[in-house]
Amino acid sequence: MKEIVIISGKGGTGKTSVAAALAYTVPRVVMADCDVDAADLHLILKPVVQSSEDFYSGVRAEIDAQSCVGCGKCEEICRFGAISHESGKFSVDKLDCEGCGYCQLICPAKAISLPEQKVGQCFISDTRFACRLIHAKLGIGADNSGKLVAKVKKEARQEATRTGMDYILVDGSPGIGCPVISSLSGADFVLLVTEPTLSGLNDLNRVWQLTARFQIPAGCIINKADLNPQVTAQIKDFLTQQGIRHLDDLPYDEDFSQAITLGKCLPEINPGKWKTRFANLWQGITKELK
Amino acid sequence: MKIAIASGKGGTGKTTLAVNLALRAAETMPVALLDLDVEEPNGGIFIQAEIVEQRTMHRLVPEWDEASCTLCGKCADVCRFNAILKLGKKIIVMPELCHSCHACSELCPAGALPMRETVLGKLRHYRLGKLDFVESKLEIGVEMASPLIGQTIGYAESRCPGKSYVFRDCPPGTSCAVMDATKDADFVILVTEPTPFGLHDLGLAVETMRHLGKPMAVVINRMGIGNDDVLRYCESERLPVWGKFPNRREIAELYSRGELIYPQVEAFRRELDSILQQLESLPRQP
Repeated sequence: MKEIVIISGKGGTGKTSVAAALAYTVPRVVMADCDVDAADLHLILKPVVQSSEDFYSGVRAEIDAQSCVGCGKCEEICRFGAISHESGKFSVDKLDCEGCGYCQLICPAKAISLPEQKVGQCFISDTRFACRLIHAKLGIGADNSGKLVAKVKKEARQEATRTGMDYILVDGSPGIGCPVISSLSGADFVLLVTEPTLSGLNDLNRVWQLTARFQIPAGCIINKADLNPQVTAQIKDFLTQQGIRHLDDLPYDEDFSQAITLGKCLPEINPGKWKTRFANLWQGITKELK
Repeated sequence: MKIAIASGKGGTGKTTLAVNLALRAAETMPVALLDLDVEEPNGGIFIQAEIVEQRTMHRLVPEWDEASCTLCGKCADVCRFNAILKLGKKIIVMPELCHSCHACSELCPAGALPMRETVLGKLRHYRLGKLDFVESKLEIGVEMASPLIGQTIGYAESRCPGKSYVFRDCPPGTSCAVMDATKDADFVILVTEPTPFGLHDLGLAVETMRHLGKPMAVVINRMGIGNDDVLRYCESERLPVWGKFPNRREIAELYSRGELIYPQVEAFRRELDSILQQLESLPRQP
């Protein structure tokens, strides 16, 4: 079983459009949407949820007003400014609390509890393609996106093992922070989707510096390649320098937004133009996997 | 007035709006622009300005002092983030898991875990006419963007006072980093595109900002692609639409070269000026 993670650094370069087209193209695959705080793959794959699970991670402090003696020690030691008081009554701002539990440890009245937080939900679904989709929804402002990504990946691996699938395709999130780091762990191949803008190149460079630490082989698709041939050339130089396989140049094409608008993937709306293209792209990736 | 420019979906045009809006406003008034998308900051590509200050930003994490440690293991017990392990006669600290709560350090009976600085990233402060531009770049491999976002906001508050507007270019998504960038903003502008992806992620962003109780308006980018669902959604949710930028290859090309849009595309400038007018009409806090 091989795991391929699609990331870009910059948002909006076409990760999910590529992921959806590959979900259509690749045989024996489990899809995993790890862009847990703005997941969109389901808008194309139209999943029917088979099972769901609440995801609990981390705690938040709560002060029991009955037992609180108002000494103020908790407010004093909280490094996150999460505890405040008004007319002698102490309370915790859930948005600022990091769940470190320091306040509970030093409260002389044992007035502080640390209930577990439901931070999201994880789903296993059938899709309108042959593949299953593992996806999740992160609660508002939750700070455990990395852990939810790890949960989605774990479920995807179990699903792939159980059903004897050959590949897991992971749609990652933008950026280089905890959800991206979490989605890279244990991956066999990284598919970078970029665009020829100075921002795209800048972000590709940063996400590659992160990826290189994991020593995972990588390939790159330059989307909207004809938008700026000069930057496209710069990206190609960068790929050569860094030993990243250049897999394909995709055109700046209204088919991308058209497909999203119709809730379909590229090979579905225009098979003549996209079907062979993505089949070839997949062949290129499988060659790299060997 | 603190104006956060956010979006659920990435790549909808947050940075384009933030940079153009800030520079246009700075033609007539003092403004600041903060690039709080610290994982992938790009505002600097569009602004050629003089550097005022450069700082390496830190946070504090514990460091094991073997000589004074009695190996009681309390530090590992109190850490809820599994950032401290006691292995045989060694205490191992994993800074990437540490949230800097200080519990281990302050509760250690032997004082064997003093807090030391670890690098979060780099802050750069530029000035161009009436514009102060502050950007922070997260060090590669650092998982938590939140502390750097908080410190960047704090820096700008002390070093760029007296601004008519402080624009904040926020990270994409709806997670903790977005909350940190928006929670004390006076107003939020959400940038979206008129496609089902744009609509879905706008819905998440609106839910998040309502949770924070923020007044907000929507700007629709790449108008002309997709369908009318975003407009219908804004109408039914009573969200004011402050601007509609046309979908033009010319704009995408200017952006790709790191150029400003408003000096070169009139339709874009008109929308930008109307957004500034809407901002001017917002009630000011005393």
